[in-house]
Amino acid sequence: MTTNVLADTGVLTGRSLRHILRSPDTIITTAVTPIALMLLFVYVFGGAIDTGSKESYVDYMLPGILLITIASGVAYTAYRLFLDMQGGIFERFQSMPISRPSVLWAHVLTSLAANLASIAIIIGVALIMGFRTGASVAAWLAVTGILVLFTLALTWIAVIAGLSAKTVDGASAFSYPLIFLPFISSAFVPTDSMPGPVAWFAENQPVTSIVNTIRALFAQEPVGNEIWVALGWLIGILVVAYAFAVARYRKKVS
Amino acid sequence: MTTTQTLAPAIRVQGIEKSFKDLQVLRGVDFDVQAGSIFALLGSNGAGKTTMVRILSTLLKSDAGTAAVHGFDVSAKPGDVRESISLTGQFAAVDDVLTGRENLVLVAKLRHLKNPREIADDLLKRFSLTEAGGRRVATYSGGMRRRLDIAMSLIGNPPVIFLDEPTTGLDPQARTEVWQTIKQLAGQGTTVLLTTQYLDEAEYLADRIAILHKGTIIQNGTLSELKQLLPTAKVEYVEKQPSLEDVFLALVGETGETDTSPDGPSDSAVPARKEF
Repeated sequence: MTTNVLADTGVLTGRSLRHILRSPDTIITTAVTPIALMLLFVYVFGGAIDTGSKESYVDYMLPGILLITIASGVAYTAYRLFLDMQGGIFERFQSMPISRPSVLWAHVLTSLAANLASIAIIIGVALIMGFRTGASVAAWLAVTGILVLFTLALTWIAVIAGLSAKTVDGASAFSYPLIFLPFISSAFVPTDSMPGPVAWFAENQPVTSIVNTIRALFAQEPVGNEIWVALGWLIGILVVAYAFAVARYRKKVS
Repeated sequence: MTTTQTLAPAIRVQGIEKSFKDLQVLRGVDFDVQAGSIFALLGSNGAGKTTMVRILSTLLKSDAGTAAVHGFDVSAKPGDVRESISLTGQFAAVDDVLTGRENLVLVAKLRHLKNPREIADDLLKRFSLTEAGGRRVATYSGGMRRRLDIAMSLIGNPPVIFLDEPTTGLDPQARTEVWQTIKQLAGQGTTVLLTTQYLDEAEYLADRIAILHKGTIIQNGTLSELKQLLPTAKVEYVEKQPSLEDVFLALVGETGETDTSPDGPSDSAVPARKEF
């Protein structure tokens, strides 16, 4: 049965990608809010924000916007997983001789594809708004790798939510705190402008190290220790979320 | 491949118990289903029919007892059981976003069959869905969804098919169509276990009927055996009034919204629908 994992995952991923292609609004909706935020921060608030660096504000806040995009995008994964379980097609798959992890992996890979598409749209808009980077191919690969890890980590959290939810609204509610987290980080303003306890939280939560790393990569500055802190958070969250999601799934399909 | 198990029953259920927290749903269920027969599990809502089907289709583990499908124990060899069965659940398990054809191709690919496209086209034809095959399932009527659902279950010719309340929520024409399909299946040697809360459905379709009540089988036999449980019929003369269903079917014609299977529904006098 294990030999079929790849083939089954491929077939099921094809199915959920088709869902996205038939309702491209999910990708557009995912991109609209971050674009609005980007316009708001660059053209309304940005002028009054002193980031203490030479780079333009759009360069400064793009990493945070990318994380917000992913955090709102994964909500659709929870939503699609929940609808599968509601509709009975999940049970059909479970009663068929297909490898069981494939059902989840198909949703995870689809989430990755959809979020990378949204990210591409956001970077395109940012370029129009004046975002510039001299980042090397290696730096771009590093940024992509970090965004992929971030998407996978949040997607497995979305899988837990999708498997556990009792209602459609409940399936996507988990994403609200995740979308909010970049606001209390170095994504939009430097953390040293915040009062003590808030600054402490902002400096020690995962988003700040991830944002700082991506920002440094785009600005061709040394990433220092931040990249290891960021990778530690990303891999830690990914492993824990994956373990919980798989345990939840096992319980569900026992 | 469908008639290999001639001696052993296709489904054997012994002493199955299942509780959800404090609620004991199944309290020791026993029955056998002969290969190639239609077996109806009759019971009211909440009798435990769906729970029994979910255990047999490896979606749920029982607390006690044993069950074997096509010679494989459901808890020891769930993979082999899944190779031998297909489940049509209470709610049509179809993908609304995909077209009818894509749904069939999807299942054929997941069953690792060659020529998934030909299989899909063949089933669309068999279930009178050829014209609708390119449309998204979201646009289908309830009867069409159900037919597609059953068509998806037939892919790969599994020797045992579970149908959980296959006609609940269908209009009379769609129900007749589903009944024809089930009869045809059993005619080809497939073992069918269906659950229903409709007496007429069990009466019309089943070779054997088991009545599941409060978690146990209280009667199990052929229709004539069950009828003998009551005092002999006495002859009464009652004026035969057409039922509303007879009138409805006569007025709209039995072909209804879609073309039916080539041979068409055989009996025009569908018995009135009585709930258990």
